[in-house]
Amino acid sequence: MTDATLPAAKGVRGRRIPWADLGPFIALFIVIVVGASVNASFLSETNMLNVVTRSAFIAIIAIGATFVISSGCLDLSVGSMMAFVTGVMILTMNNLVPTMGNNAIFVGAGVALVVGALCGLMNGLIVTVGRIEPFIVTLGTMGIFRALITYMSNGGSIPIDRSLREAYRPVYFGSTLGIPNPVLITLVVVAIGAFLLYRTKFGRRVQAAGSSPDVALFSGVSVVRVRTTAFVLQGICVGIAAICYVPRLGAATPTTGQLWELQVITAVVIGGTLLRGGKGRIYGTVAGVLILEIIANLMVLSNMVSEYLVAAVQGTIIILAMLAHRFIK
Amino acid sequence: MTMSLALPNLASGLPDDATPALRAEGLGKAYGPITVLSDVALDIFAGEVHAIIGENGAGKSTLMKLLSGHVPLTWGRLEMAGQSVTFADAVTAEAAGVVLVHQEILLAPDLSVAGNLFLGRELTRGLMVDDREMNRRTAEILRTIGASCSPSDRVGDLPLAQRQLVQIARALLEPRTVVILDEPTAVLANEEVDALLDVIRGLRTRGAAVLYISHRLDEVEALADRITVLRDGQMVGTWCAKSLSQRDMAELMVGRKLDMLYPPKRPAPNGEPMLVVDNLSVGHGAQEASFAVWPGEVLGIGGMIGSGRTELFEGLLGLRSSHVGQITLDGHKISRRSVEYWRKAGLVYLTEDRKGKGLLLDETLGINLTLQALDVVHPGIALDRRNEATELNRAVDEYDIRVRSLHLTAGQMSGGNQQKLLLAKIMMTDPSVVIIDEPTRGIDIGNKSQIYEFIDRLVRAGKAVVVISSELPELVGLADRALVMRAGRVVAELKGDDITEQNVVFAATSTHGTNQENN
Repeated sequence: MTDATLPAAKGVRGRRIPWADLGPFIALFIVIVVGASVNASFLSETNMLNVVTRSAFIAIIAIGATFVISSGCLDLSVGSMMAFVTGVMILTMNNLVPTMGNNAIFVGAGVALVVGALCGLMNGLIVTVGRIEPFIVTLGTMGIFRALITYMSNGGSIPIDRSLREAYRPVYFGSTLGIPNPVLITLVVVAIGAFLLYRTKFGRRVQAAGSSPDVALFSGVSVVRVRTTAFVLQGICVGIAAICYVPRLGAATPTTGQLWELQVITAVVIGGTLLRGGKGRIYGTVAGVLILEIIANLMVLSNMVSEYLVAAVQGTIIILAMLAHRFIK
Repeated sequence: MTMSLALPNLASGLPDDATPALRAEGLGKAYGPITVLSDVALDIFAGEVHAIIGENGAGKSTLMKLLSGHVPLTWGRLEMAGQSVTFADAVTAEAAGVVLVHQEILLAPDLSVAGNLFLGRELTRGLMVDDREMNRRTAEILRTIGASCSPSDRVGDLPLAQRQLVQIARALLEPRTVVILDEPTAVLANEEVDALLDVIRGLRTRGAAVLYISHRLDEVEALADRITVLRDGQMVGTWCAKSLSQRDMAELMVGRKLDMLYPPKRPAPNGEPMLVVDNLSVGHGAQEASFAVWPGEVLGIGGMIGSGRTELFEGLLGLRSSHVGQITLDGHKISRRSVEYWRKAGLVYLTEDRKGKGLLLDETLGINLTLQALDVVHPGIALDRRNEATELNRAVDEYDIRVRSLHLTAGQMSGGNQQKLLLAKIMMTDPSVVIIDEPTRGIDIGNKSQIYEFIDRLVRAGKAVVVISSELPELVGLADRALVMRAGRVVAELKGDDITEQNVVFAATSTHGTNQENN
């Protein structure tokens, strides 16, 4: 039993199939099989493209959330932040249209990224430098962003200037090489996210900060810097999502992005990322987003359950996922 | 298993016809195909302290858990007072009068002492909890075991030693015939240990059978009536305590004659000091400490737990807020302090809290090894996994880390291997000053002597090494020069033959021995 009798291990390769890590993908497969058997039109190209395209916003934001959660934090403000960023972006573009024409879109996109990053920076600094629980901080900023968009829109909506609609439309409705543009953008975000988390020193530090902030600190990893950066990444992801979202509905309203934090966190958690931090799963998150979107899609297609109950189903899924975590262990 | 020592294997000192309070025959435990303990035969009598000693992994904890019903037996049987018994779980065992006092403190910090003692078995009068009666009974039991805290004290406010006593009080709330104590002194300072040993002697006097597990052989010698030695999951034998010296015990545990545990001392260094610290104060932990370390020497730091040793060095690293007059490293003035900055300057610190602050227990060896040296191992933008694997293989060789697979997580390794991995981790960037806080806490004697060899190797390679240790033999055995701290101050500097256990203890405890302050 004592390990003094074991030979020093050198290059021993003893990897088994990591079933636990495959869980989200198996679940996704099951959901697709169930979907195909419940409804004939489910697997149609139109419906599939529709599902994947619609999931783009949540997927992009959830990639950011994977970093925040892996680093041991949580961001509840993403939905409201999304609405706020969208509002600021549309107002900027509308003001610039008379002088800049269609180029206002580029400025607007830049503004979305910068405002998103700044919102994330604010969340991050209050959490890390202010040393306040991320739950409380982002609960507060969630209220702030939501109130700001309601104030900016005067309780109504902020529509995008008519002259920009045609030029901006392709960002959401267009496609390149047969792939819808929002899906392409998502794929790029996923690829960058996976590279950052799995292949860079920053990813290692995120993992360390989430796994044990004390160990990270004693190893010379700046937990403050790592977590703040994670929040900024989250903000940038919200900005990217906003850029894709604006042409879809052409307006920001007080209900834009409502309850998205529920979808985002649910997707991240059922994707295999540990809610207490330390283990992040980018591709799992993508699977999680698709699972949620497919279930919502099936609810709409099948008429068995009212689509008004989508959030109830998603809430149930996150609770079941956490219970499964608990009892499988 | 051949005995290398010709010692009388006695169960003497007790009447032959006495019925043991607890008897174990052919006790064993296997997890799947792996046998962790086999063929243990024990008699524990009322009114004796029976010590169980053995290296880490020898099976001590497993034996304790079998005897106290925490895990079911695979083989063997138990008898209490001549009657065969089986314990389905710890609750059944406690009902039968066998209780295990855990090594870790398992108390609710926000509850009062009485609240903790009666947690889950509160006394009630009608619908209300009967605080008055619970406080009365708590006060009574605290008095019996000589604890100075009051029933209404909040447990989180108590010093560690009192919490340990509260934990013992909780175990003794009901009358017990067999009390099992698993390393109760592991977290205590010396004078607290003495008080606890008196409590245990009190238990013996009142007729309890006490089973005592400890790493500290001096305590075993001071306390035990009989000693059972375990090695590699098997019982080596039971001896009358009087017939064994500490050295005998150590050799029985290891199963071979101990070579020199400590490497020979090195010649005194000369030239310029590597690190000079002038007037460092760290919060309430350490005041106006000044010291220097030369390359090629081990500077030992002694003192009681709580004397500010760890605080001093965590402050030096910048992990706690601190004020300092001046620090120079290799002649260069140091202005900014953080772990990262020190690492680049050539100074590293190995924490005493291996599991809480040293290693990511859920992560693999490779991730842990390189965490402090990411920029060095991975110079480019992307991680260089091949280089990481090379470094891991090198470290496993160099520090003799023995694991079944390199894909294990740090938490799945034994304490000794964890400590070696931690040492390898801080040495990744080849520092010139190495500060090691409690180099061998909670690891077995074989790994201990290896760690001492590694330290010797570092010093002979010209590094300046600081060793903070609560184990006096270790401090005396390793240090070329020693500083002793008391109440946050450096109160003595000892050199050469003056580094003795007596001198260290005297400086660490006496209230007037401050004449050697500031060298």
